[in-house]
Amino acid sequence: MKMFEIQPGEYARVRSLEAEGNIRRRLLDLGLVPGTLVQNIRRSPLGDPTLYAIRGAMIALRKEEAGLVNVDKEER
Amino acid sequence: MAMNIKDIYKGLDIPADIFRDKVVKSIYAHAEETAKDVIIRENKRVDWDKKLDDFLTSPLTGFPVMLLLLGIIFWLTIAGANVPSGILSDLFFGIEDKLSALVLNAGLPAWFHGLFIQGAYRTLAWVVSVMLPPMAIFFPLFTLLEDLGYLPRVAFNLDRVFKACGTHGKQVLTMCMGFGCNAAGVISCRIIDSPREKLIAVLTNNFVPCNGRFPTLIAIAMIFMGGALVLEKSTMLATIAVIGMILIGITATLLVSLFLSKTLLRGIPSTFTLEIPPFRKPQVGKVIVRSIFDRTIFVLFRAMTVAAPAGIIIWLAANVYVGNTSILAAAAAFLDPFARAIGLDGFILMAFILGLPANEIVLPILIMAYLSTGAMVELDSIEEMGNLFLNHGWTWLTALCTMLFSLLHYPCGTTLLTIAKETKSIKWTLTAFLLPTTVAVLVCFCVAQTVRILGLV
Amino acid sequence: MGLTNQSSGINVLRERFNVKSNLEQPVIALAGNPNTGKSTVFNALTGLNQHTGNWPGKTVLQAQGTFSYKGVEYRLVDLPGTYSLLANSAEEEVARDFIYFGNPDVTVVVGDATCLERNLNLVYQIMEITPKWIFCLNLMDEAKRKKVYINIEKLSEKLGIPVIPTVARKEEGLTDLKEAIAGMVRGELTTRPRLVRYDREIEEALDYLVPRLSSVIGERYNLRWLALKLLDGDQQIINHLQAQFSN
Ligand SMILES: Nc1nc2c(ncn2[C@@H]2O[C@H](COP(=O)(O)OP(=O)(O)OP(=O)(O)O)[C@@H](O)[C@H]2O)c(=O)[nH]1
Ligand SMILES: [Mg+2]
Repeated sequence: MKMFEIQPGEYARVRSLEAEGNIRRRLLDLGLVPGTLVQNIRRSPLGDPTLYAIRGAMIALRKEEAGLVNVDKEER
Repeated sequence: MAMNIKDIYKGLDIPADIFRDKVVKSIYAHAEETAKDVIIRENKRVDWDKKLDDFLTSPLTGFPVMLLLLGIIFWLTIAGANVPSGILSDLFFGIEDKLSALVLNAGLPAWFHGLFIQGAYRTLAWVVSVMLPPMAIFFPLFTLLEDLGYLPRVAFNLDRVFKACGTHGKQVLTMCMGFGCNAAGVISCRIIDSPREKLIAVLTNNFVPCNGRFPTLIAIAMIFMGGALVLEKSTMLATIAVIGMILIGITATLLVSLFLSKTLLRGIPSTFTLEIPPFRKPQVGKVIVRSIFDRTIFVLFRAMTVAAPAGIIIWLAANVYVGNTSILAAAAAFLDPFARAIGLDGFILMAFILGLPANEIVLPILIMAYLSTGAMVELDSIEEMGNLFLNHGWTWLTALCTMLFSLLHYPCGTTLLTIAKETKSIKWTLTAFLLPTTVAVLVCFCVAQTVRILGLV
Repeated sequence: MGLTNQSSGINVLRERFNVKSNLEQPVIALAGNPNTGKSTVFNALTGLNQHTGNWPGKTVLQAQGTFSYKGVEYRLVDLPGTYSLLANSAEEEVARDFIYFGNPDVTVVVGDATCLERNLNLVYQIMEITPKWIFCLNLMDEAKRKKVYINIEKLSEKLGIPVIPTVARKEEGLTDLKEAIAGMVRGELTTRPRLVRYDREIEEALDYLVPRLSSVIGERYNLRWLALKLLDGDQQIINHLQAQFSN
């Protein structure tokens, strides 16, 4: 599934990135390398962007960017 | 030595994306291991943080709280500024009387008195007493929110709206900086990486009323949104009027951004990643002292460098006669027909034109211009200012159009220079001047004509 | 900028950053992730009043100041906050170029103790560029409040770099920081950075490249980093080198 499909409160682990070039670099720099655990903290009042917990930081990503990240849902 | 660097690493062509992936992956694997080894207890989110975030960014309360906070800040600013404004202006005009007596008793010529006391000193005094108190209240409050970590959360709440207009949620942060000073707002646009969206943020920053315009809006709102009513009510009404202006400014920002993304700066919204910092307890005492101090310096500096010289020039224009009209009156008469069409009058428009170097001086210029043609000589309270305006034919429509024009018109000289520096382009600097001006003229024209056709004034 | 003439290179770069090229005065760079308290550290050390604020990106204009410690005057440069030095945004380029070509005497990396792992990304990248740096682990009070305890000695050992815990807002730990800076400038405090080992393919490529680069441009620069940049296809660096050595 895509990262934006995880629901608020749920966890998932990064499988791969579909982005290229600069966006890919940016996502990698945020720590979204394969194997990273992410959590959807909340969605913005208008539904987008979404706030994720990534490696101890809170990062807001729009659906477009979060859609470039393939994840596997993880039960916790 | 003729050699090609590419030769050195020929044959090592690891595709860039794969290389980068490997590097970052190794680094993070390393970081993870190191962190695991040295951190003794895992980071557990503290409860009140989450509760506060639920409150500030939830679908239900996110937007109402935003408006409410804005309302509270402005109400405190407007209600709180009255008293110190009064004290300061009593003080300054008391000093003016003494200075006048001194100058005249010393046998200095009348033009000297006019130029320096009625011109420079009075403008300076006016700027300080009217501009300083609201700023000294607004900024500490705003800085407290900033230090708490509220601003990026506003960007988070509003990003969707900005995205719909083809721009970036971080534009909210640049707008917040614009409250302090549009030049600072323009510089802060550097936080937006995409050149297209950065430029849009630069070109629309002046729709946020800055330090210099915001007290102007408050003063006019105080006079015309119920000057005759009891004080509490008029404060409330003025607050609503000012918030209305801010909302109009935000609407203008969004619409013009949308317009730009569809025309001059076409393109798709770029990536948006924004780190939301944890809430931090603001250092209340330090913030208050620091920001009052900063603002005082800022306002005094502007008053000294711009208001005082402007006062001298205006006094000259009002007192140098060609035939039997002053230069000032002649210029105002020339501008009058056009100005009336957009709900202003010749003097108001001229004040805006002469106010290009700094928005702080628009009202003082206007007052001086009116005074030089009218009978009143003393002006030390907001009620008298109201009377002065009424004597010169102001209606609520004049007040509204003046506020709208102030909100929407071209950025001040300092901001334009900053835009030129940041964009390194004459074309965009010109656009930054013409675009808002066109918006201001169009909006004022439509409002004035509609109101007149409907016979509301 | 001349890669062959290191000192003039420094001067050009220092001029670009408006750092006076008074080479007597040690130059200290402040780098780190956004919003970790760099400007707060800067203010506490220099006594100046750079604006601070709780959001990433508050400082966009680079600031400078000086501070004295035990009779020596140091020049402190507050660099823009960056998450990484790889992603090629304007701020990252400024920070990277200053740390590499500007050759500061000491680079102080200000990190956020509440989110160490994330800060280590930048730390390991800076480590590739220069061995002359100190890790200032700020926001220790926040970490404590959030019940995050960090074994400073172990961290220092793992990185091979001095780590100074601070609470910049309360000016705690700053004397230790100044002492470490002074020690490093005098050459008494040295480091043994434990660099990241990449995978075999990359390490082999580096082993192949470094000696070849050294035969062309000598040992002045950190060749491992340069080789990494070449492998990364960093056009700016390639152009620099190309301009320098193709005639
Ligand atoms: N509790 C606590 N807060 C701190 C400390 N140091 C800095 N802060 C706060 O953290 C926030 C960010 O500090 P800045 O100094 O502006 O951070 P910066 O690294 O310069 O940020 P950028 O300019 O955006 O890169 C401010 O609200 C500071 O008051 C600290 O040691 N403890
Ligand atoms: Mg800063």
